[in-house]
Amino acid sequence: MNKLCKAIVDNRFIITAELYPPKGTDIAELMRRADIIGPLVDGVNITDNQRASMRLASIAICHLIKDKGYTPILQMTCRDRNRIALQSDLLSAYVLGIENVLILSGDHPAVGEYKEIKGVYDLDPVQLLTTARTLESGFDLSGKKLKGTPKFCLGAVVNPTSNPLELQLLMMEKKVKAGAQFFQTQTIFDVERYRQFHDQVKHLNVKVLAGVTLLKSREFIGFLKNLPGVSIPEDVVKRVEAAKDPLKEGIKICGETIRELKKFADGVHIMAIGAEDLIPEILKNA
Amino acid sequence: MIITVTKPIEEIMTNLEGYKKVFVVGCAACATKCQTGGEEAVNNMIKELKKKNKTVTGSVILDTPCDIRIAKRDLAKSREANESDVILVLACGAGVQAAEKVIEKPVLPALNPLFVGTTERIGVYNEFCSVCGECILDKTAGICPVSRCPKGLINGPCGGVVDGKCETDLTKDCVWVLILNKLKKLGKEQEIFKDYFSPKKRAKPKVVNRAGERR
Ligand code: SF4
Ligand code: SF4
Repeated sequence: MNKLCKAIVDNRFIITAELYPPKGTDIAELMRRADIIGPLVDGVNITDNQRASMRLASIAICHLIKDKGYTPILQMTCRDRNRIALQSDLLSAYVLGIENVLILSGDHPAVGEYKEIKGVYDLDPVQLLTTARTLESGFDLSGKKLKGTPKFCLGAVVNPTSNPLELQLLMMEKKVKAGAQFFQTQTIFDVERYRQFHDQVKHLNVKVLAGVTLLKSREFIGFLKNLPGVSIPEDVVKRVEAAKDPLKEGIKICGETIRELKKFADGVHIMAIGAEDLIPEILKNA
Repeated sequence: MIITVTKPIEEIMTNLEGYKKVFVVGCAACATKCQTGGEEAVNNMIKELKKKNKTVTGSVILDTPCDIRIAKRDLAKSREANESDVILVLACGAGVQAAEKVIEKPVLPALNPLFVGTTERIGVYNEFCSVCGECILDKTAGICPVSRCPKGLINGPCGGVVDGKCETDLTKDCVWVLILNKLKKLGKEQEIFKDYFSPKKRAKPKVVNRAGERR
């Protein structure tokens, strides 16, 4: 049982973090970051052509960090592959020892580097979750029998700050029914609001890891605000803006957020977006 | 209907290079509604062609140029059309291809067909159907997520909904919010997400009979 599955079963506070494959073949920096966060967390998400930009494949990096003894979480979007490729990649992940898969729709090409391409979306996330469970039953989507079956720990995403929240809650339920065992959320800053969300989804009996992001600078806040589905409360923005050392204040805020979340949440998912080196310090503060 | 826009006149003229005598075909159906292939559009096209020193041998506005029987009746037998070097068709791609089937002349498109949609008013068209072959409007309050969600998500929305708007364009409503609101109005909100939609059949036969079966 890998570290993430074990943390889920043991019912302890779960910490995951995220890394982004490079555009190009130079993975030295990425692996250096993996060495910093890998030992500290229960799972490392490797993004899948994030923000609809072309990157080195998630599955390759997952394999490399798994070899180093860390626990990868393969992110898999529905944007770039049809059902043949998705199923094939799920089987490939399994034989490489990658069991944790986070399934998401994926940022639309319209917000990325290739605005004029056709997004595939042959399957949607609920269907892809169902597909992974179908493979586990020994068959593929065409009903053919598999020679050797995989086993996955499946995750999905939810956005607790989305409005109307009602839709997200209902969707989450549908994803649980389709096989999601854990969720990672869009970045949250308002812990009180998150507590309400946490209470609303408790009955689903799945692990929900609250997304936290390090506010590393004033400019970065501007960037974050432009991402789909991110909302940052004004008082948090003011704290960073008024600080003499915005980065230090950002680390403090992030640490405080995690400390508060530890009191009731199932875990956190840290998206440091380029500042992964600071994750040890954030965790010390938490 | 099929929403069409007129190709840039420069592109049309480039395609017409080497042809002198042009016969113009319009469409009395969708392209008339879009003002891209009706009487006015055909007359404007004839004016442009004459400005560029083309000889216009004649024109016809077919009831439905996409109906091969009509193209056969009203185009194939036209003497002017048969005496021309080229046929310029102001209709969707189906119209152009019906003309290709019935007359031994080069045919050229004058329009760019965009999608099957609705007209709010001239110049405001919505892609409301991507002709998926398995209509699910009965389960989605009459609002189509296949064509109106940019990701075509049929089991429910992504996490990018911001205050009811779509992550790909914050000026547009997320279709799932529209569906939820409509179901609420109808007092049927408990029906949302009730069904699991299995993956859609993406392949349709290219030639079908009345029952939609391959023939
Ligand atoms: S579900 Fe949408 S795309 Fe499919 S036939 Fe109905 S309206 Fe058209
Ligand atoms: S925000 Fe709504 S309409 Fe836009 S891609 Fe997501 S689900 Fe589809």
